[in-house]
Amino acid sequence: MGKTIAEKIFDAHEVDRPFPDVRVLRLDRVFCHEITTPTAIDDLIRRGKDRVFDPEKIKAVIDHVSPAKDEKTALQGKILRDWVRRHGIKDFFDIGSNGVCHALFPEKGFIRPGFTVIMGDSHTCTYGAFGAFAAGVGTTDLEVGILKGVCAFRTPQTIRINVHGNLRPGVFAKDIILGIIGKIGVNGATDRVIEFHGPVIRTLSMESRMTLCNMAVEAGATSGICQPDETTVEYLWPFLKGEYFSKQKALEDFSQWKSDPDAEYETVIDFDVSALEPLVTFGYKPDQVKPVREMEGTKVDQVYIGSCTNGRYEDLEVAASVLKGKKIHPHVRGILAPATPEVYRKALETGILKIFLDAGFCVTNPTCGACLGMSNGVLAPGEVCASTTNRNFNGRMGKGGMIHLMSPATAAATAIAGVITNSSLYTR
Amino acid sequence: MKPFGGPVLFLDRSDINTDEIIPAKYLTEISKEALKPHLLEDLKLDGFDPVRDLKGKAAIVTRKNFGCGSSREHAPWALEVNGIFLVVAENFARIFRQNMFNCGMLAIELPAETIDELFKIFSSGETRVEVDFPNDRLTFSNGNTKKTYSYLLSPFDKTLVKAGGWVEYADAKY
Repeated sequence: MGKTIAEKIFDAHEVDRPFPDVRVLRLDRVFCHEITTPTAIDDLIRRGKDRVFDPEKIKAVIDHVSPAKDEKTALQGKILRDWVRRHGIKDFFDIGSNGVCHALFPEKGFIRPGFTVIMGDSHTCTYGAFGAFAAGVGTTDLEVGILKGVCAFRTPQTIRINVHGNLRPGVFAKDIILGIIGKIGVNGATDRVIEFHGPVIRTLSMESRMTLCNMAVEAGATSGICQPDETTVEYLWPFLKGEYFSKQKALEDFSQWKSDPDAEYETVIDFDVSALEPLVTFGYKPDQVKPVREMEGTKVDQVYIGSCTNGRYEDLEVAASVLKGKKIHPHVRGILAPATPEVYRKALETGILKIFLDAGFCVTNPTCGACLGMSNGVLAPGEVCASTTNRNFNGRMGKGGMIHLMSPATAAATAIAGVITNSSLYTR
Repeated sequence: MKPFGGPVLFLDRSDINTDEIIPAKYLTEISKEALKPHLLEDLKLDGFDPVRDLKGKAAIVTRKNFGCGSSREHAPWALEVNGIFLVVAENFARIFRQNMFNCGMLAIELPAETIDELFKIFSSGETRVEVDFPNDRLTFSNGNTKKTYSYLLSPFDKTLVKAGGWVEYADAKY
């Protein structure tokens, strides 16, 4: 019988099966940020186990609140900073080089097809875009990952989603994933892996695949995975040069992480994008999704473009194409947080930042900030934010605030109109 | 092992997420104890008053997909420092569920019909639950009404609860 991608990765990484349904996997990467790691570090010290399994495989970043906003966040940063120095963890990204973890780490070439990755962050599933098994975990799992380089998982079932049809103009990866979550629900893939297949996925850039996989957890999935292909190799090539003679050789090697034709899936879902419209969320759950057209006219106070979902260069480029030569509505506070310094630098060099600034946006440093209401654009009670982030939970961006999730194109159009608007209004 | 059982809080909603259980703004706390007054303070549920309704509770009964969203272990910790070591639901988000067992706490899944029955029979008045851990049984009682339900727990989950968590187990073994 054939195998799914997750099954292949599990088989290649299994170190123990303490019980029939539990697989303990060897980890290729353990990523750390300053919100969930300090408690793990603190606990390891308390237990007299202040060690790390392999400083080369651990990467760390300060991203959630950067620069620190108060003594507490400054202390979280300090605990992480002191710890990486103490253990010789070289890949550490602090002010000046830091960015949103799930945009930064792929950009640094830290993810490869077939890897196992954990992080104390639910959006770790983003890295599945590279054909990796990547899962968000809590502090205890992270702690064991740091100490021993292993993590336990239940044997995963996989849901296969075949995405086909032709994307209409103004419809992006964000609309696809919102559409899928709307269809299967926030509990639709709980404890499952989602494999994204089909011609539409093959045409998506790595950035778009990351947007897609990033929100797999919003349907409850452990990981969202795309098969590695030419696009994956092309993206990773600057980091692979020393390891493979040619792109072809890399592609051949990566093809071991494709699912078999006779792999067994728990469910197979067909998702036709031909009739898909730009989508937006309307309630407090990411599966409460409507076409933008049905939400047009909803007044917004703030537009936030950024995050691990949609803060990459491609996202800024799309938003800028809508904003170019226009001004945002006088009642709207526009905030752009490029996800990484690299994204920031490139957008500066290509003139994209100028388009945002000319339109009336504020450009902040790369940070997670407002997405989870920690800094950089928290809402007041009763305020509404059009956001390119991933969660519209009650109170997420500030108690009493309302979040509408959407693509960068829709967010940019909404910023100009001051109300939720389809981007086709400005790109025609 | 933690002491399981006691007065029950019924939360009649699905998809209660970790931002509702403990808002992100409290993730800057290093001590678990600091989370105590903020448990469920952003819960969207008509008539729910966290201060009044959480008082003295030791267990929660709720619907589907409890703990969805963020991976923050602060969610089980916020329950733990409030003396709530047991959550019974139709099902849980994966990371939350694992975090519960990793902390030596109990996340028990019961079929939808059983959860419906619990809400119907026990959600008004004062209900207590007792846990018979060796025999995988929960007994709910409210006045003269008393009912016992069996649950399924994997050997791994049981091992974690007995071992008091995953760190000691993994460090000894791997």
